[in-house]
Amino acid sequence: MLAQFLQFLFSGITVGATYALAALGFTLIYNASNVINFAQGEFIMLGGMLAVFFTQAGLPLPMALLLAILIPAIVGVVVEKLAIEPVKGAETVTLIIITIGASLVIRGLTTVIFGKGTHSLPAFSGETPIEILGATLMPQSLWVLGVTALVVIALWYFFNRTLQGKAMLATSVNRLAAELVGINTGWVLFMSFAMSAALGALGGILITPITLTSYDVGIMLGLKGFVAAVVGGLGNGLGAVVGGLLVGILEAMGAGYISSAYKDAIPFVLILLILFFMPRGLFGGKSTDRV
Amino acid sequence: MSMLEVKDLSIHFGGVKAVQNVTFSIDSGIVYSVIGPNGAGKTTLFNLITGVYKPTTGEIKLDGESIGGKSPNELATRGVARTFQNLQICMNMSAVENVMVGAHLRLDRNLIKAAMRFPALKRRDAELREEAAELMRFVGLDKYVETRADAMSYGALKRLEIARALAMKPRLIFLDEPAAGLNPKETIEVDHLVRKIAESGVTVVLVEHDMKMVMNLSDRILVLNYGKKLAEGTGEEIRNNPDVIAAYLGAHA
Amino acid sequence: MKKNAYFGLTIVIAILLVLPFVVPNSFYLDLAVRMAINAVIVLGLNLLIGFAGQISLGHAGFLGIGAYASAVLPTHFGWHPLLAMGAGAVITGALAALVARPIFKLKGHYLAMATLGLGIIINIALRNEAQWTGGPDGMPVPAMGLFGFELTNDKQWYWVVALLLSVSVWASLNLIDSPFGRALRALHGSEVASQVVGVDVVRYKVAIFVMSAVFASLMGSVTAHYVGFVSPNFADFFHSIELVTMVVIGGMASVYGSLVGAVLLTALPQALATFEGWETVVFGAILMLSMIFMPKGLVPTLAAKFGKGD
Repeated sequence: MLAQFLQFLFSGITVGATYALAALGFTLIYNASNVINFAQGEFIMLGGMLAVFFTQAGLPLPMALLLAILIPAIVGVVVEKLAIEPVKGAETVTLIIITIGASLVIRGLTTVIFGKGTHSLPAFSGETPIEILGATLMPQSLWVLGVTALVVIALWYFFNRTLQGKAMLATSVNRLAAELVGINTGWVLFMSFAMSAALGALGGILITPITLTSYDVGIMLGLKGFVAAVVGGLGNGLGAVVGGLLVGILEAMGAGYISSAYKDAIPFVLILLILFFMPRGLFGGKSTDRV
Repeated sequence: MSMLEVKDLSIHFGGVKAVQNVTFSIDSGIVYSVIGPNGAGKTTLFNLITGVYKPTTGEIKLDGESIGGKSPNELATRGVARTFQNLQICMNMSAVENVMVGAHLRLDRNLIKAAMRFPALKRRDAELREEAAELMRFVGLDKYVETRADAMSYGALKRLEIARALAMKPRLIFLDEPAAGLNPKETIEVDHLVRKIAESGVTVVLVEHDMKMVMNLSDRILVLNYGKKLAEGTGEEIRNNPDVIAAYLGAHA
Repeated sequence: MKKNAYFGLTIVIAILLVLPFVVPNSFYLDLAVRMAINAVIVLGLNLLIGFAGQISLGHAGFLGIGAYASAVLPTHFGWHPLLAMGAGAVITGALAALVARPIFKLKGHYLAMATLGLGIIINIALRNEAQWTGGPDGMPVPAMGLFGFELTNDKQWYWVVALLLSVSVWASLNLIDSPFGRALRALHGSEVASQVVGVDVVRYKVAIFVMSAVFASLMGSVTAHYVGFVSPNFADFFHSIELVTMVVIGGMASVYGSLVGAVLLTALPQALATFEGWETVVFGAILMLSMIFMPKGLVPTLAAKFGKGD
């Protein structure tokens, strides 16, 4: 009983950490530009695929991982420069289609270069499972959780303790006011796309040894990351992390106890319930439209 | 009997008490002005009475019936119209269509009949277009009838809002700074327009910074300061009220 | 609205009348039928997105319900195809109405999320209930009979769909220039302004959402019978996006834009087949470029350029 529960919990928080990283990516970009970046999932995919490619090409693991984060970050910036910046202030639907266009380009290029096969990455520190109260935890899960925790702490430090981080926060609260006090909001947009792509890629790399990767894993992972961001109240960083873990855990529990066939539906049922009954998400504030 | 009665009305946004315990009443057929410095809570008061915001506490009665917390579209059915300080024009429509929307409640809104182009519906729409064009003449926008709203000047849009509100055939109209941002000539035109509206029998509630216009038009005036009622009375009484002079007019005159 | 709005309808009808006699072969006739089916769906979706200013990223789900009603009910329960089609529309309408009220209290990205979620749930259900739906492989659909005579060849289908399209264009033009349509456009232009003149905005959003969902469902049924086969891909997220893209590329709030968007995006995959392996990349690039350079869509952009009303 307990062992089974723990088993579901472990797999839930592991995949939930990936959703949390994706949700943080959504949040960063949403705060900087009010854009929902539907290409976010493709950065997760790209991180995993590139890590596979570079390790297979014989690069040492740390080097391969670094490149697998750096390249998606550059792709993110290119998307921002070429596709988002020129259409500032466009309607929501227009922006959604642009980011979906970007995701198709990224996915398409990935299939052209790497093909449509499924790939795996060796676990970072072996495959010997750790036993906890009858449940098993893969060492890779510890990597996922540990790195995610470090990233969250680093982000917290960045946004609360550094000038650049505060500038990004200020821009998300009031873009015009931020510009007036001399913040380069173009730079903020640039940074948020770079960071968000890097976060997604990192999540993709960490999870690949557990779940495998292929050119088409990005869509679902990205959409679930979006769910997690909305669960936490769109725009709220802490909410995104909690939302990610919650979505991951509920998905694992639902798959385990209710129906594994409907595993992928669970996050979306969850989000509909949340939107129906607490429309600002778990952590969203109340807002009043000014007229 | 008073048409509109407001009693102990308050609204709080977080810790900010935007309107606090405001009480007043408006008789039918008069021009009633609300004045006060920026941030005094005038627009918030309008938003409360027209249902855009829900009051934290207090009572609002229209013809003796409580309307506090009712939605704007319910209030519209009771003949309450308003304009907005920050323009709320539908830029995706032509000028005359904006006015026609004002007549929404007086029309057959059936979806099926509309899609099947029922002749009665088309006839009524053609009449309404004439009516709306007439209203645009009334507010001085004769030459803009077929213009797209997004091609019109700020001053013209201000009057378009008034025409739309009048298309509702309201009994009570709230005008939120109709002369703000207008040049002196346009201000005088709006002054005349408000007078014409009042003369047609509509009760007018006016928020306005142009003191000349307010003193000219108003039967009674309410002065707000920091969300509280500072004074209420005729133009003469307000002009001579020491509190008002100290808090408000004193700063200008 | 402009008097010449209906002039476009005459042109559309003229093209529809001439088309079957000038297409070189059945491949193009088939393409024309699929374009017309998409055009009807996109007209309905444009009323929701372009005119009323609301988003749906889950419309393929509604299309899927209609398509599967037409496949499942006649196959497993022996229903008449028309009855099954009606049942699909009723189920879709009821589902859309059920979720619409809470959904349309939401705005912008939350609305996008809710409709997206709904579409994905429908798709997953269609994939999983294999005993009824054939699962991921899909299932065949019996032929459509109309008044004792079976719709079998593409020519017959063409005339049916051409008629549906003409009526839909006519009805859409009527609707947008009516009290109902003006209220829809007004709530897009300024929600608070439409409220204070008496528009019950949630009710209007719900009505147009349900209507466009029912359109999608009916045309899903038509597609199912026409193709003779349904698969969960009918209802997947990407198909929802394709439909929205047709609306936006043709032109939001433009009836004729809907037709242009549907025609172009239905033809595009055929045209892209020459880019072997690069289809996705080129398709994505076209989406991005057209939105960057024509954010208002093709028809409104061209109309503005040549100084004519739409």
